[in-house]
Amino acid sequence: MRRPAARDVAGILVASALLIAVMPMLIGTYTLTVLVIYGMLGLSLGLIWGFGGILCFGQAAFFGLGAYVYAISAVNIGESTLPMILAVLVTAGFAALLGAMMFYGRLGDVYLGVITLVVTLILFKFINTTAGPQYVIGKARLGGFNGIPGFQTLNVPGDPEAYIWGDQLFYVCAVALVIVVLLVTWLLRSSFGRIAVGIRENETRMALMGYDVAARKTVLFAVGAAIAGLAGALFANWAEIVTPNLFSLGQSAEIIIWCIVGGLGTRLGPIVGAAGLAYLKFMLGQQSMIDNTLIMGLVLVLFVLFLPRGLVPAVASLWRASVGRGTRRRPSRHRRLRHG
Amino acid sequence: MDLSFVILVEMLYAIATLVLISAGLAVVFGMMKVINLAHGEFMMMGGYATITAVGLGVNVFVAMLIIAPIVVGLIGLVVERLVIRHLYGRLVDTMLATWGLSLVFIGLATMIFGNTTTGISTPISGFAVGRYQINGYNFFIIVVAIVLVIAMLAVLKGTRLGLIARGTMQRSEMAAALGYSPDRIYMATFFCGSALSGLAGAILAPLVGLVPTSGGAYIAKAFITVIAGGPSLIAGLVSSATSFGVVSQVFTFAISPVIGDVALLIAAVVLLRAMPQGITSRFFRGKL
Amino acid sequence: MAETVLETAGLTMRFGGVTASDNVDFKLRTRELRCLIGPNGAGKSTFFKCVTGLLTPSDGHVFMRGQEVTGWHPHQVAALGVGIKTQTPNVLDALSVHENIWLAARRFFDPAEAGARTDEMIDRLALGPIARAELGQLAHGERQRVELGLVAVADPWLVLLDEPAAGMSAEDVERMTAIIHDMTRNAAVVIVEHDMQFIRSIAETVTVFHQGAVLMEDHVDRVMSDETVRRVYLGKKA
Repeated sequence: MRRPAARDVAGILVASALLIAVMPMLIGTYTLTVLVIYGMLGLSLGLIWGFGGILCFGQAAFFGLGAYVYAISAVNIGESTLPMILAVLVTAGFAALLGAMMFYGRLGDVYLGVITLVVTLILFKFINTTAGPQYVIGKARLGGFNGIPGFQTLNVPGDPEAYIWGDQLFYVCAVALVIVVLLVTWLLRSSFGRIAVGIRENETRMALMGYDVAARKTVLFAVGAAIAGLAGALFANWAEIVTPNLFSLGQSAEIIIWCIVGGLGTRLGPIVGAAGLAYLKFMLGQQSMIDNTLIMGLVLVLFVLFLPRGLVPAVASLWRASVGRGTRRRPSRHRRLRHG
Repeated sequence: MDLSFVILVEMLYAIATLVLISAGLAVVFGMMKVINLAHGEFMMMGGYATITAVGLGVNVFVAMLIIAPIVVGLIGLVVERLVIRHLYGRLVDTMLATWGLSLVFIGLATMIFGNTTTGISTPISGFAVGRYQINGYNFFIIVVAIVLVIAMLAVLKGTRLGLIARGTMQRSEMAAALGYSPDRIYMATFFCGSALSGLAGAILAPLVGLVPTSGGAYIAKAFITVIAGGPSLIAGLVSSATSFGVVSQVFTFAISPVIGDVALLIAAVVLLRAMPQGITSRFFRGKL
Repeated sequence: MAETVLETAGLTMRFGGVTASDNVDFKLRTRELRCLIGPNGAGKSTFFKCVTGLLTPSDGHVFMRGQEVTGWHPHQVAALGVGIKTQTPNVLDALSVHENIWLAARRFFDPAEAGARTDEMIDRLALGPIARAELGQLAHGERQRVELGLVAVADPWLVLLDEPAAGMSAEDVERMTAIIHDMTRNAAVVIVEHDMQFIRSIAETVTVFHQGAVLMEDHVDRVMSDETVRRVYLGKKA
């Protein structure tokens, strides 16, 4: 993080421009779009877990919430700009309330895990029961396990007839991800981000320095949730339907696996982990020899046992070891990430 | 009159179910401070072990009470040796690794048994109380839960093994000081915990249609029951199972079973917020 | 009569049946240096934790500069301008020396000012050569020095140190004594300590704790020669 900001930003812009230009030649944009969305979702957990030390077992709740808020408000409004904004704001607000309850309660890691997991389950169970016609928000029927189909998808702001889909949707999502990455970069370089990392390292010390740890964790948690909510809203546009499965425990597990595999404490890791594993899953989905879930589970177990730092930090240190001389040694930030 | 009897039985049944599904997790967490997120899948495997054994012509009670616990206990032993052993003292890492294991087991079960619902019929028939029909199997579950709690108390209080276990619960170095290898004790504990999970899964199998993802339905309830129970193993288990059982049944009767489940989960969140260290950190302190 | 910066009235802390801190009345004047001594379990650390907000006292009151702070959270106490160092080293292990001290300074100053004060503090503590090293890789004495630095950089008017000399080499202790004396130019300092050698070298007024209560409070020489103190504390050590 000591690298000059300009170089960091330039690096991000050049790399993403290259990827946005090259990747559509290798993989179809329909698949790429969802990989980009998952990358954003991975980054949302990577931010609060890797840099804030907040282990959230329910990131899927925010993803699903963003998707549902988008779908419900799009049905009611018949236009996509305001629903996109609502999806981010409502999710962030919900996370702020939940976070305030947990962090001002000074709950430890395990309890945080339990509560976030339980909240995900509550949403999952609740949404599943809303099949009846009495569950209506405005013009939108919640639809229970069938989900909500047929809502207004992304359009050019101000013109509900000008739909953005296919290749265009991919470019919108990719640019959104780049903007989110830049925002996260700015956040981590700001005092707020440096203090968040301090809190990850030692809450007591930061409190003794005079920082309100609970308030800061709540804000960071809400920021992470807002990113997940944005990813959820984009996902709704991609899938053109939202179902309760967005809230499932399996989805939460996957987000955690992405972060572990990609590497915590890095911005790139969770994005690469998410896109890479989602693509792997997509490829595996085309064969029926070995069950998909089994492989994901095995990947998680093996990484926790043998490469708990994740791929990106491991590759980076290999790179430095082999090319190394000129580059300045960056302190490893990955050792004590997972307290407990 | 009849109705209140039925409600009472349903309450006890709800509490007994929670005790059953949480016992295995509670033993492993209480003794080893390991949270086994594959607990639900251990129960699922107990169910499949029972169904397979019954399919091979074994008596259903033998299958539930003997075969399933042993099979799942042995699977647990393998898991402990291969994975958990390397992660002692790293609470979050064990949670992550066992979550991975749970996915592995779901995948394996899907490959072996297919992604379809299987089940066996309840071996005990129902009977009528006045105008109401009661499921006789519910009584069996209540009895098993009571026997289980008494057995756990007896083992912890009355046997040398229990003494070592209690010592280990207090301080893990204690076992070493008493001349027992903590490694062996953890192994044995994990075997017992897994066997209890297998037992619970087997006993509940006739009530639910079993699918490879059945475990997910149990893990959250078991998890919150154990965490909310707090430091005392048995007092915590019983007190939190009772609180949650009553809450969920009240809402089940008043509104619907799903709202009962949701009420249980909300109660858990509220309880943890009020007593972050669990019920027995405030009440029943120092009990087993 | 100088201003009282820290005062406790009837401060009591009970854990179950044990009274770890028993009706303690304590007063500290501005720019005073005070040592708290007493045998293990005398209640020094409990008293310290109640004052800093790490524990909420069962009974009694804590005042800082006349303001009641009883039951405040540590971050609220610290935000008043109180520097706190706990018994076990509390530093940010995966971060550099510079980042550790900068974060402490940033709480009270804008980023540029925090940077300047951080550099100054690093010079004063002779931490220059290891300014970019991670705390986790440093020796115990260096970590203690950094922690003292991040307490001092915020310019506190009250400093509370729990066993700052524990496990330090003679050279480190000497350096620390100088830093503490430096602090007393602007701040009142309370030191909870075991090491009698260190106390003799630094203290003037000493408060002796015994079984949770204050046994006596006097000049260090008179305390050291007091019969009761020798019996409950020094006698046990010999």
